[in-house]
Amino acid sequence: MRAVITVIGHDRVGIIATVSNILAEAQINILDISQTIMQDMFTMIMLVNIEKCTKPFDTIAKELDKLGESLSLSIRIQHEDVFNSMHRI
Amino acid sequence: MLNKFEILETIKMFEKEHLDVRTITMGISLKDCVDPDIDKMCEKVYTKITTLAKDLVKTGEDIEREYGIPIINKRISVTPASYLCEHAKSIDDCVKIAKTLDAAAIKTGVNFIGGYSALVHKSYTYGDKMLIASIPEALKQTERVCSSVNVATTRAGINMDAVAQMGQIVKKAAELTAESGGFACAKLVVFANAVEDNPFMAGAFHGSGEGECVINVGVSGPGVVKCALEKIGKDADFEAVAETVKKTAFKITRMGQLVAKEASRRLGVPYGIVDLSLAPTPAVGDSVAYILEEMGLEKCGTHGTTAALALLNDAVKKGGVMASSYVGGLSGAFIPVSEDAGMIAAAKCGALSLEKLEAMTCVCSVGLDMIVVPGDTSASTISAIIADEAAIGMVNSKTTAVRIIPAPGKTIGDTVEFGGLLGSGPVMNVNKYSADTFIGRGGRIPAPLHSLKN
Repeated sequence: MRAVITVIGHDRVGIIATVSNILAEAQINILDISQTIMQDMFTMIMLVNIEKCTKPFDTIAKELDKLGESLSLSIRIQHEDVFNSMHRI
Repeated sequence: MLNKFEILETIKMFEKEHLDVRTITMGISLKDCVDPDIDKMCEKVYTKITTLAKDLVKTGEDIEREYGIPIINKRISVTPASYLCEHAKSIDDCVKIAKTLDAAAIKTGVNFIGGYSALVHKSYTYGDKMLIASIPEALKQTERVCSSVNVATTRAGINMDAVAQMGQIVKKAAELTAESGGFACAKLVVFANAVEDNPFMAGAFHGSGEGECVINVGVSGPGVVKCALEKIGKDADFEAVAETVKKTAFKITRMGQLVAKEASRRLGVPYGIVDLSLAPTPAVGDSVAYILEEMGLEKCGTHGTTAALALLNDAVKKGGVMASSYVGGLSGAFIPVSEDAGMIAAAKCGALSLEKLEAMTCVCSVGLDMIVVPGDTSASTISAIIADEAAIGMVNSKTTAVRIIPAPGKTIGDTVEFGGLLGSGPVMNVNKYSADTFIGRGGRIPAPLHSLKN
């Protein structure tokens, strides 16, 4: 199963490192990563494989959410199918 | 591979534009629960609902977390309870059935259970009569039970005896719950051409043509449509407007389809339909009225509103139909006054009248919805309002409904607070001239002719 992680907010040092750390601890493999500055906002999109994830999905979502709160960023993890179904016929 | 703009567009819809799945509704057949012994029957009903729907709420929450899609309501609809009332000896027996449904709703954690209903578009059975008579008391004594009565169809005409009675039932339901502004009426819908697979409350029931158990999903997203129209600007022509609505509706509905399929798979229950309705909420930015205003109307309710709504309703369907394998339910834009910030504002400033709303119901789903009228409105006037709506539904082969609240002690200028998704309703003016004699006639209005259309 693949999921999409999005990080949106003000840029600062170490965002990617911190998020990647959480993912590595849970054996989540990063397949693709892109980042850009859009309208002064830092946006990062990661495609990850969570098949070998050692923690329940819910736990990862909560950990990312907590991290987002502490950094004043919005961090979401969502099943890839949401985007596929909405944008692909 | 997905591109980042698509991903960010989706995220924006969830975070800023109020995109959500409005409801996952599990339809459950209670046909096998009928029993002459009322206590035994209630036990069977309770056991069946709480067994089949035991994982409904949890499954909804799991999907919400994994897919990041807000799923606002998890609900249940059941076989019209009038089938269960055929052996009822008293009104109290019927109320006992309503309380059983309520208890099952509380146990499973759903916020509404629909199907305290009767279909009497041609005539009544004993059970229908008992159920309808018990509606005010049943709605007063329960918290989550929703009731509906179908009084007309295109093929059968309008049962005017039922229309006359429903005026009185609505009044009584309001009076019994006077302390909450007549709240019971917010849980009571009078239909023409009611559909069997509607996932939305208060009009949901599990029709007799449905299977044992089914999952129906209702999507929402007025905010997303409005934002999409904002982007194309005020100069775009109607082709661009219709195309934008269509494309947006497609995206919204695809999400509903995904949730419906996933819920169906996880619960091991067949997937029924996705309902394409644009359902507003009182939250600012989640309003159907604001979409109409975005199209260029100064206030919803002014001249041009019906045309704007017709375009919106049609484009939503065209976009949605291709996005889902099975479309059903009510599938159209809802215009519940108290649940829509733009409608509330329009009604308060006098731009939106009952007469205009009636015209709007000719081109959209569903009908006069969540309308608050003065508490001294007579039962026959309410019946006449129901008859008008039923006539629109009957002649145009569409579903129409009336959910009207004659708020006790309230008059023009007052506002009734219902709270939550039901919002707050300004009291609207009704025509002061009487329809007493018309409603007093009784009998049936014959089914309309559907040829010789010139």
